[in-house]
Amino acid sequence: MAASLAGNKPQELFESQKLALAYFAVAIILFGAQLVFGLIAAYQYINPDFLLDKIPFMTNRTLHVNAMIVWLLVGLMGGVYWFLPLETGREVVGIRLAKFIWWVIVAGVSVVILVYLFVQVGPGNAFTLWFINEGREYIEAPRWADIAIVAWVAVFLYNVIATALAARRITGLLGVLIFDLVALGALYTAGMHYTVNVTMDQYLWWWVVHLWVEATWEVLVGVLMGWSLMYLLGTPRKLIETWLFLEVALVFGTGILGLGHHYFWIGTPEYWIGLGGFFSALEPLPLVAMVVHALYDAGAHRLNTVNRPAVFWAIAQAFGNFIGAGVWGFMQTLPQINMYSHGTQLAAAHGHLAFFGAYLGTVLTLIYIAVQNARRPMQIPLDSKYWGWAFALMILGIIGIAGSFTISGFAQTMIERAELGSTWSAFIRSYTHPWYANTLGWRFLFAWVFVAGYLVLVYDLLTIGKRKEGYAV
Amino acid sequence: MDYSWIQIAVAAIFFSVVITLVLSRGYGWLSPTFWRNAAVVSSLIMTFILLWLTLDTADQVRPGSGRIPDWTVINYEIRLVWDGAKRRQVPAVGRETGFFGKKWTRQEAYDLINKGKMTLQSRNCMECHQILGNGAYYATDLTRAWLDPWWEERIMPLTGAKTREEAMMAWLKNPPAMPQGRRKMPNLHFSDEELKALIAFLKWMSAIDTNGFPPRFAVAQ
Repeated sequence: MAASLAGNKPQELFESQKLALAYFAVAIILFGAQLVFGLIAAYQYINPDFLLDKIPFMTNRTLHVNAMIVWLLVGLMGGVYWFLPLETGREVVGIRLAKFIWWVIVAGVSVVILVYLFVQVGPGNAFTLWFINEGREYIEAPRWADIAIVAWVAVFLYNVIATALAARRITGLLGVLIFDLVALGALYTAGMHYTVNVTMDQYLWWWVVHLWVEATWEVLVGVLMGWSLMYLLGTPRKLIETWLFLEVALVFGTGILGLGHHYFWIGTPEYWIGLGGFFSALEPLPLVAMVVHALYDAGAHRLNTVNRPAVFWAIAQAFGNFIGAGVWGFMQTLPQINMYSHGTQLAAAHGHLAFFGAYLGTVLTLIYIAVQNARRPMQIPLDSKYWGWAFALMILGIIGIAGSFTISGFAQTMIERAELGSTWSAFIRSYTHPWYANTLGWRFLFAWVFVAGYLVLVYDLLTIGKRKEGYAV
Repeated sequence: MDYSWIQIAVAAIFFSVVITLVLSRGYGWLSPTFWRNAAVVSSLIMTFILLWLTLDTADQVRPGSGRIPDWTVINYEIRLVWDGAKRRQVPAVGRETGFFGKKWTRQEAYDLINKGKMTLQSRNCMECHQILGNGAYYATDLTRAWLDPWWEERIMPLTGAKTREEAMMAWLKNPPAMPQGRRKMPNLHFSDEELKALIAFLKWMSAIDTNGFPPRFAVAQ
């Protein structure tokens, strides 16, 4: 089905692709929610009294981070529903079940958001952990929602495997996808437990947090970018699959034990310092490979593509992943540095840049491909006056945000940790120091630049490809 | 653990490369087959090593086994002392002091710390603070919160409390009433039992050997 992946002929959408459009719509809405709560949190850094009694920082931050994780995951899963019927040449098996569980998940996510926003916290007992908030960063979702998420991923995995079996077709891309989704689903269950031993709690917590975003998500992105590059640039399958295998070898080969960089200071044995430092120092290697791959493909085709915004986001993804996850991660991953920088604003700089680069770029590439194929007549090449503004404003915004975090992170590392001894008073003296305090306004300003980019993006996604030029069906 | 991290790292890479080369005889290094084998082999070997190390780690982090203190540590004075050989601070347990005026049995201490951990999660502490270095970055790292000199220097005079645990309790009852620094902690409406449990958890956590993190704690003021 390589022909249809690279196809220039508009065709009827599969049901699975219509479902993918619903996934993408929800992803973009949650992206907006992420930005709203991020803006409030950024303003609370400047004015700590703002909404202190109504929506304290912890609630904004929970919603900011959780909305991000969900919208990126939804976007990546939407990408699979988009490409799966093209890869297998048939409708996805179990599509009605997939649609059913999707609307259950949308309802569930809405309930979780409302509970986060209006209930916020509960008494210190198991009821709170099951129904309000689990209180574990990134996977705060109460236990009932965890179970719903596992059911959702199970249906998703069933769709992929059953469709590949029914089509009697197993490609390298499908093989890697199935391998990766099994790991992704299994790892989530590592975070669904309670233990009083905080060290063991965090040990397994990182199996979800690290092994999702630094291993299984990266591989999922490798698969989706593979399909995207085949569609956008007509890159041959053999080349895509060879690169993908190389990326998997490097991502899992370095990332699984790179997990050790989270085990430096949580009470775990000292050998993790050496192992974590060594393997996480190698973690940027696959990201370099992805940049080389994307640039080689784009250069070989002189950026001659069917979809300009998608190609630009694909290239931004490769660079952003390398710089945000690779460079900003490497900067603080060695234990000699991490002892001082861990848990400062520098970690937030890395987080913002890495998620933007690695995952936002991928999801927007996928959404632009879907939007192009959903509109009639289909516009080839897809282009507009506005996507470039969204692209430029969002990249400028995130560089400004991450730059501000980096500067305050350096100041905090030096003042709080190195000079003053990591105490409460050291913490206060670091964040009131002008080198730290002055960055907060810059961060807020660039956050608005980013939001402007988001608004242009939404307008562009609603209008691009609706003009008259293009092929009629 | 009988092996050093260098031996483990070298062995992991050596076996990944050798097994990949053996399985890929007859295929060039640019072929998809070579890299497919490399992907499968390296994933399996690294997963195997992770599982093996997890068993070893789980054994070493059992409470009372050395790195993680026993629950009854809340009955004793806890300090950080400089270990010249390791070149970092390590927690040390001192004389018996009791906790909230009594000596807690092992079961009582466990129940209290367990309640404290649930309280910590239910109030979403990690979304402002860090626990063992992990969390959000809006408020202080709580790893060594029990040992923070601020309780004695500022909070005990402010609240009139006689012991550190009573000062923590009085302050956490309504933090916005006694703000410290520019950023304010909201009132999370803790009950007395919850606060006692939470403070016990913090005291127990402060005796975990974290390989010296956070650095130079309370050394320079």
